[in-house]
Amino acid sequence: MKNLPRTDIAIVGGGWTGLLLAKEIAQRTALNVVVLERGTARRSEDYANDMDELDYAVRFSMMQDYSQETVTLRHTSRDRAIPIRQLGNFLPGTGTGGAGEHWDGFFPRHVPDLFELYTKTVERYGEKKLPEDHAIVDWGITWAEIEPYYTKADKLIGTSGKAGNLRGKVVDGGNRFEGSRSEEYPTPPMKNSYFSSLFGDAVKSLGYHPYPNPSAILSIAHTNLDGIARPGCFYCGFCSRFGCMVSAKSQPTNTLLPIIEQHKTVAIRNNCSVRRVLHEGNKTRGVNYVDASGEECYQPADVVMLCSWTLNNTRLLLLSGIGEPYDSATGKGAVGRNLTHQVGSATTLFMEKPLNRFMGAAASGFCISDFDGDNFDHSDLLFVRGGLLRAMGTGSQPILSFGTVPASVKARWGSEWKKAAVYWYDRVGGISFSGEHIPYKTNYMDLDITYKDHLGDPLLRLTIDWHDNDKEMVKFASSKGTEIAKAMGAKEILTQPPYDHYDARRYQTTHIQGGTIMGKSPDASVVNTWGQHWELPNLFIVGASTMPCQGAANPTPTVLALAYRTADALIDHYLKNPHSLI
Amino acid sequence: MTQMNWTSRLVAHARLRRVRRRHFLVMSAASIGGVLVYSLDHKVSRLVAQPTKTFKIPLRFFTEREALIVAAAASRIIPSDESGPGAREAGVVIYIDRQLAGPWGRDARRYTHMPFADSAAPEFGYQGAASPQRIYREGLKQLSGFDRLPLSEQDARLVEIEQGVFFDLLRRNTIEGTFCDPLHGGNVDMVGWQLIGFPGPRMSNAAEIDKYRGEEFRPKPASLTQMTRKPHRPSEDEAT
Repeated sequence: MKNLPRTDIAIVGGGWTGLLLAKEIAQRTALNVVVLERGTARRSEDYANDMDELDYAVRFSMMQDYSQETVTLRHTSRDRAIPIRQLGNFLPGTGTGGAGEHWDGFFPRHVPDLFELYTKTVERYGEKKLPEDHAIVDWGITWAEIEPYYTKADKLIGTSGKAGNLRGKVVDGGNRFEGSRSEEYPTPPMKNSYFSSLFGDAVKSLGYHPYPNPSAILSIAHTNLDGIARPGCFYCGFCSRFGCMVSAKSQPTNTLLPIIEQHKTVAIRNNCSVRRVLHEGNKTRGVNYVDASGEECYQPADVVMLCSWTLNNTRLLLLSGIGEPYDSATGKGAVGRNLTHQVGSATTLFMEKPLNRFMGAAASGFCISDFDGDNFDHSDLLFVRGGLLRAMGTGSQPILSFGTVPASVKARWGSEWKKAAVYWYDRVGGISFSGEHIPYKTNYMDLDITYKDHLGDPLLRLTIDWHDNDKEMVKFASSKGTEIAKAMGAKEILTQPPYDHYDARRYQTTHIQGGTIMGKSPDASVVNTWGQHWELPNLFIVGASTMPCQGAANPTPTVLALAYRTADALIDHYLKNPHSLI
Repeated sequence: MTQMNWTSRLVAHARLRRVRRRHFLVMSAASIGGVLVYSLDHKVSRLVAQPTKTFKIPLRFFTEREALIVAAAASRIIPSDESGPGAREAGVVIYIDRQLAGPWGRDARRYTHMPFADSAAPEFGYQGAASPQRIYREGLKQLSGFDRLPLSEQDARLVEIEQGVFFDLLRRNTIEGTFCDPLHGGNVDMVGWQLIGFPGPRMSNAAEIDKYRGEEFRPKPASLTQMTRKPHRPSEDEAT
């Protein structure tokens, strides 16, 4: 064991949250920070040569190496868990910037009532409307408290879009259902592909309210609040699963890293896997990690911040014996509870005209929120909550998109299939649904009892399955998808199969929440609303692992807003007087 | 692009990798489309072939017998027919040979800890112990003599195995080899991209996205190396 010199703050994970905290601390204090990142060093210049579909989008070169570590999966606590052996249902990142490098950049805020989900839902429909076994709770913060931090995140990113509710006034062309925003988007909406424009026109004709997708891909050149200048998008179409060639897509390496590198107080150590958070009494004293050479190291620190991905934040607490693991039988314990993913389904449209679908940007396109959250009445529906319906403006590449043919073509190979696949190749478009996955008592995380990682530590075990609420929501979304597809003039329509069991092969999204959730009291939460651990006040946890509910919207804007909020709490309050912030 | 001596380049390449080649795939120039964009020692070269000439392509994983079977089977999945060139012109067999010899073929990034729960429900994903290398080696034993069968009998043999793991992999790899960037050894001369109108990576579509609305925009395809003019190391060439 190598004993390293003490540092003021040790940050676990070098993605969006870890690097945002490192940047804020570097800009606002003189404290020393060590960032421990398990993956390799990356810089935005590395992506100038990465537009290779096979290595990046098919072989997942930017993602977590499952030969070293994965998770196990079971549907109920009575089942034996099976390891997920290859990337499928989600795509965790690794390396500097984490999954924030290969993401799409879709950047929506949550609906305002999500933060008071329990109270608001019961107010409107009564307790009986909530699904059996639900674990819906309030977050302990409100829209008014988080909105300024969403705005700060937008100014970091340079988010493209159009406000629909500016300081309480509904604005045409934006999302009229959004929470009141204090400022307009920093940059105007992106250009739209032909296909997504067809979607926009069709949903309008159906009486819905389309708005341009909020996008973390810049529509025009922009200089952000830290003085970082980046260009607008060139619509090359290589966004999802790639790093952006020109840095139009906001990534930790092009928004945070350049500032961090100006400060000698921050050291980023790559290829360092943190295995334990060490603690004594009511304090953490640092972390143990394995460095690039395989040597065990002890890094003492006054403050430890867990900023790795949702699953790793939870696993580190469990491996370190911090807090009480959640027990689904008794409902006691908080670590691992409220595991949520994101409900998703897709409608495939076969269009008459060619779409030139190689052009585009992953976060461009139009969206409707008419069926999100509680924006529509659920009194006569068999589910609560809802989600976003979108036409993706993403560019597509041939390996992953060749071969989609109408249901009338039965063959999967050979001349008949090839002929159809070639004809339809550039005429296929998609409407996607991102739905709210509500938390249940039976969906949670703990440590596996059989399988281990490459270092010999137990894997994280996911116990998760779809419930009736999720299945009914997918059915509803598919019917809306079909309605819109018809209005768009689709020649043929394919709908994804309805939900059965949670499926390790079906890519949902890389949005996993819960495990170390925030709350108003230590009974059923791991951290307070500032991200500070209830029992160990010098341990902070940042990221989607602190989100008690999922919300249909993709989590990154909320993750960044919460990270900014934790930065303020840490720097303005905790560091001046180390104590529990309530 | 350089026009150069095919055989000397291959020999140089084999030396570079310090691997003694036992197996070669012999192909006629006609069968690989006559013109080849092909990555050797990590550079793309254009080789103008003479129709009468045959090439000896060094194999990294397959035996020559296996390569002939894979080439024939891939050619039934994406056939060369009236709707355009197929897996054969794209050089899919060479692509698959390289993939199998590389980290993917060896399962370098898959979780392979015991115990294997082979009987797990399909929604847990592939749970077998066999790597792609082993799946191919075993699967090809079942297709012995395949390349010498009449086409209709070839199709019948594939129908027999089309529900299995091997066929699923072969089908996926055939699509990959037809449409990958040529630096991976497939999509020779970008025939796959030309077939469907994919232009390859482009620096910018910012003007065209507004201009072409419901009508085809089909720029001449260019590969990644042609576009960036920088060498790119494909994952299959990663050191073991």
